[in-house]
Amino acid sequence: MLRKGWLLLLLGLLLAFPPVASATGLEFYMGLLTKIMIFALAASSLNLILGYGGMVSFGHAAYFGVGAYTVAILTREGLTSAWVIWPVALALCALLAFLIGAISLRTRGVYFIMITLAFAQMIYFVVVSFKQYGGEDGLRARRPEFGLFELNDTTLYYLTLGVLAACLYGLYRLVGSRFGRVLQAIRENESRTAALGYPVYYFQLLAFVLAGTLAGLAGVLMAHYTQYASPNLLAWQQSGHLMMMVILGGVGQFWGGVLGAVVLSLVEEVLQDLTIHWQLGVGVILLLVVLFAPKGLAGLWRRRKGL
Amino acid sequence: MPPSLFLEQMLNGLQFGLMLFLLAAGLTLVFGIMDMINLAHGSLYMIGAYLTATLVGLTGVFWLAVVLAVLGTALIGMLLEVSILRQLYRRDHLSQVLATFALILILNEGVRLIWGSQPLLLSAPEGLSGPVEILPGLFYSAFRLTIIAVGLAVAVLLLLLVNHTRAGMWLRAGASNREMAQAMGVPIKPLFTLLFGVGAALCAVAGAFLGPILAVQVGMGESILILAFVVIVIGGIGSIKGALVGALLVGIVDTAGRAFLPLLLGQVASPEVASNLGPALASILIYLLMAVVLFFKPQGLFPART
Repeated sequence: MLRKGWLLLLLGLLLAFPPVASATGLEFYMGLLTKIMIFALAASSLNLILGYGGMVSFGHAAYFGVGAYTVAILTREGLTSAWVIWPVALALCALLAFLIGAISLRTRGVYFIMITLAFAQMIYFVVVSFKQYGGEDGLRARRPEFGLFELNDTTLYYLTLGVLAACLYGLYRLVGSRFGRVLQAIRENESRTAALGYPVYYFQLLAFVLAGTLAGLAGVLMAHYTQYASPNLLAWQQSGHLMMMVILGGVGQFWGGVLGAVVLSLVEEVLQDLTIHWQLGVGVILLLVVLFAPKGLAGLWRRRKGL
Repeated sequence: MPPSLFLEQMLNGLQFGLMLFLLAAGLTLVFGIMDMINLAHGSLYMIGAYLTATLVGLTGVFWLAVVLAVLGTALIGMLLEVSILRQLYRRDHLSQVLATFALILILNEGVRLIWGSQPLLLSAPEGLSGPVEILPGLFYSAFRLTIIAVGLAVAVLLLLLVNHTRAGMWLRAGASNREMAQAMGVPIKPLFTLLFGVGAALCAVAGAFLGPILAVQVGMGESILILAFVVIVIGGIGSIKGALVGALLVGIVDTAGRAFLPLLLGQVASPEVASNLGPALASILIYLLMAVVLFFKPQGLFPART
């Protein structure tokens, strides 16, 4: 855990950024920061089950994409109030994660990876098949009305920052709570935890549903950010992308998801500016990280500090 | 539905299933023996197709191009194993997934650097481009028939290799218990480099023959890789027999679903619903199949480990 002072300083800087950005003509970076914070939320939600729960879900994009598509479809059908759209989107993602988790958690290891991937693929193909909702072209997602404020690029930035901060605080409390400790105990030794009398299946399912809901929340914010729901958000490459962020940052390190989202997004952004073959660079960097920093960037940090 | 259409679709399914088997065979052995998830397996399929397309352009002879492309891809596969993948055997699945995902990015961009982003044209050899009459009144593409013949021949060869040679015995021993096999003196290291070469060669065969039917483009490896994973999970990881059964099952179910589901739905629902829902249902059919198989047999149909 970073020290409290540093965190408050970071939060202060992030809060002060939009006025500075608009005064100096750096609005572009405000958008970039919004995107990074959205990915930080999605990656942190994956880190909860992947890192703390030891559940390698290869289908996390499903909730991310369904969150975004719910916004797009509901606004298209004439709903405008965010106070309706947000709860519906979150409830839908929670239900989806519950159904997928309830079946997938009966399997273990590689089979769990594959069955979560299979469910995500099913959702991808079902969504893409609805021609009236854009099919493979994706669907425009209007920004809904909050009533209290108008949603523009600046308020979205603050909204995302607020949501991310609240979720990270909640997650921080959660992984340190009894629930979080049992979850980590299951990851370390499932049968021993079961023998101690903990209902392993229900703990895992609860974490799975929570992670899916938070990823759905990130998807909702993504739809507000791009004003568009793309099938790419649901594709398996997106699941891989989120997983890359978590592994890059550090699996099971609290700041792993955030760190990975920041670093990967920045690397992609810089390389995209330099060359159209930016994926080559991303691939090489990822490969080097896996080969030489097995615990991710957060692990490197810890090793340097001798923790 | 006319029986000839049904037969034609079944043959298409068989043809696709056999090509899937070529991909899945290498994957399942690598997975079963070294407990290694190799997402980059699909990239070798892509490389095989690109090499074939280029060599056809250079030599003008399809069969020569296929042989050379298969050898070339096998070499690339072995080089990958020796240089990078070998370091990943002892790591957890997560690191393997990330590293081989990175390899996909690198190989895709590499291909794009060399060949550009436009899809390549790879056409079936001239003598095989027309249809032949296989039954009175039933015409079928000669090239697809050739694919079935090649697929069957390679499958038989592979089954013979795995079930009736010493190297095959080592492979099976490794798949069922790696440590024990090593303790009994099986030379795992060179065996695995060789296995990787064979797997890459099989990918190249599939790439060369599916190239003219599907498309030779960047990203072709990923879509088929997921199908190959579905196949080996259905069949049971590490089992060649499982890969064969799984591949044929997936090939036939997928092809038949795409051909017949919209028709069937059209008879019970409105055409609008059928045209929307039909393709979607057909796309998810194989994933549904996998979920059902895993629900009843969590280790797949033919578990290699006992």
